[in-house]
Amino acid sequence: MTNAHLKLDGLAKSYGRFVAVEEFSLDISEGEFIAIMGPSGCGKTTTLRMLAGLETANRGQITLAGTRIDQLPVWERETPLVWQSLALFPFMTVRENVEFGLKMRGVSRAERRRRADDWLERLGISSYADRNVARLSGGQRQRVALARSLVLEPKVLLLDEPLSALDAHMAIKMQGELKKLQRELGITFVYVTHSHSEAFSLADRVVIMNAGRVEQIGSPQDIFLRPRSKFVAQFVGGISLLEGRVSDKEDGKRFLDTPDGKVRLAHGAGLAKGATADLAVRADRISVTVEPGWGENEIACTLISEEFAGAVVNLHLETASGHSLVAQLQQRDLEQLDASIGARVYASWHPDDGFLLESTRQSGSSPRVRAA
Amino acid sequence: MPPHLKHSLPKAFWIAGLAVVFLLLYAPILSAVLFSFSADRFPSLNMSGFSTEWYTQVLTDRAMLEALWNSLTVAGLTALIATALGFAAAYADYRFRFFGQKAVLALALLPPTVPLVILGLAMLAFFSRIGIAGTLMAVVAAHVVIAAPFAMAICRLRLAQLDETLEIAAQNLGAQPYSALIRIVLPHTLPAILAAFLITFAVSFDEYVISWFTGGLNQTIPVAVLNTLQGQVDPTIHVIGTMSFSVTLTLVLIALAVVLSQSGGAMSKEETQ
Repeated sequence: MTNAHLKLDGLAKSYGRFVAVEEFSLDISEGEFIAIMGPSGCGKTTTLRMLAGLETANRGQITLAGTRIDQLPVWERETPLVWQSLALFPFMTVRENVEFGLKMRGVSRAERRRRADDWLERLGISSYADRNVARLSGGQRQRVALARSLVLEPKVLLLDEPLSALDAHMAIKMQGELKKLQRELGITFVYVTHSHSEAFSLADRVVIMNAGRVEQIGSPQDIFLRPRSKFVAQFVGGISLLEGRVSDKEDGKRFLDTPDGKVRLAHGAGLAKGATADLAVRADRISVTVEPGWGENEIACTLISEEFAGAVVNLHLETASGHSLVAQLQQRDLEQLDASIGARVYASWHPDDGFLLESTRQSGSSPRVRAA
Repeated sequence: MPPHLKHSLPKAFWIAGLAVVFLLLYAPILSAVLFSFSADRFPSLNMSGFSTEWYTQVLTDRAMLEALWNSLTVAGLTALIATALGFAAAYADYRFRFFGQKAVLALALLPPTVPLVILGLAMLAFFSRIGIAGTLMAVVAAHVVIAAPFAMAICRLRLAQLDETLEIAAQNLGAQPYSALIRIVLPHTLPAILAAFLITFAVSFDEYVISWFTGGLNQTIPVAVLNTLQGQVDPTIHVIGTMSFSVTLTLVLIALAVVLSQSGGAMSKEETQ
């Protein structure tokens, strides 16, 4: 894609011998909401800091609207960041905070005031304009931080776990407001988080990082339904993995030999005989029965534990070979199951509901991915 | 009070002990204040009367007035330079991570621990070599060396309470580094800078040994007092002592007030998170 609005090309950053980001490439279109997600230390924040100019990349380029920006100092980048700590200026009023960036750009006093008041109004905090920021609630401070960045009318807004300081209720409310704001403004958002729910509910595309590398880039649905690697599958959760070896074709069907028996693969799983592969099955696609013979792919398990999650319940199972599986059942299905902890049960699924992880389908062992 | 901190001795004992300590500390100073208003030529406890004669004498003594002017000039310049250097050093330590940072910090804090006689002698030797020995500038330079570490220590304390992301956040919003420094770091550190100015002023104003070594014929107040004492016991000494003490005490009290009133202020790190 050559007409990418924001283009990150082969970014790398290390501190001494520690590699924070090994390689990061991503083309972002205008108005796209990108979430970068991964466990702590995966390099997501370093990537964001390189975008803002707080870290200098060892390699790679960043271009914004056709202009290379990675050589620019922080104060010339025009990539405002909403900080995890918010970093509001404590000795200034709300309005002074919002006006700060405009003042630094030499915008006249009257114009500054007008634009700041516009944004205070828009975010519903105009009644606090003259208040010291220390005397605001979490949600109000969050809005000041947003207003302070958005008043600059940036092409890109960077957000570093912006909701992590809020309580759960407020965080959900702000999520909705953020998404609405982003749609209305059409500004590109790059949002770093370790929260699945934030990333999946807000972003157009999610980037999953691990140990300084990109594991997968895709829509929330893509990543949720088709994790590419073992890491993503485990990180997203709710997916059972079975390792095995691809066996002979029988009647045009492919099978995977696992330590717990033979399971049929979906059509079109183009694999050579003898290849090792990881089969993934989503928890909601697995049925659990006390009697065998209900499904084509069936594995005998022991029921280890039940985990209630509102309307559904997760059953944690263990196969004879010690693999763990997870099945998600509706409450009423559980009532019909009539199995206690430690009981023998059978997990089954339709072959089409299983999919092979892409990283194992390729011959290479490295799951490194470049963005499309 | 936690049980393990409870003392077996009665409270009255501790209060009495504290009283004795303060008495020993301040009695000589109080006696100087007392005798400065005595009508007698020699200090004695059955004073014949109250008098401000010695004050008049000091304030009309040309040599003393000149010494006072010298002291004020030296202390003012010292405070200005030492505070600027102290802030710069504290800021460098706060803002940047560099090789040998701890060593640089230790070295910067070292001068006040060097015995003054040694420092004075060394300064004298150095100043004569570069040809400024015996000038007030020499005294200022020497005083900056011992006063700047105090300024640095005070500024560091204050900077430690400033969220490091604030300055970067200002730059992220388009502020040039110097602008972020002036608008974010300076307002926060201002109370400490003021306190540092007052403390370094007091340090210089009171300092005798180095002033004596390096000042030559340009006497500061402490040097002038000592020189007067060598000749005779003059009641004007009490006057000068009282005045010097008042100046120093005032400066230190203001500095304390400024620093303490800020410790609960709205700019602390906790509240910005």
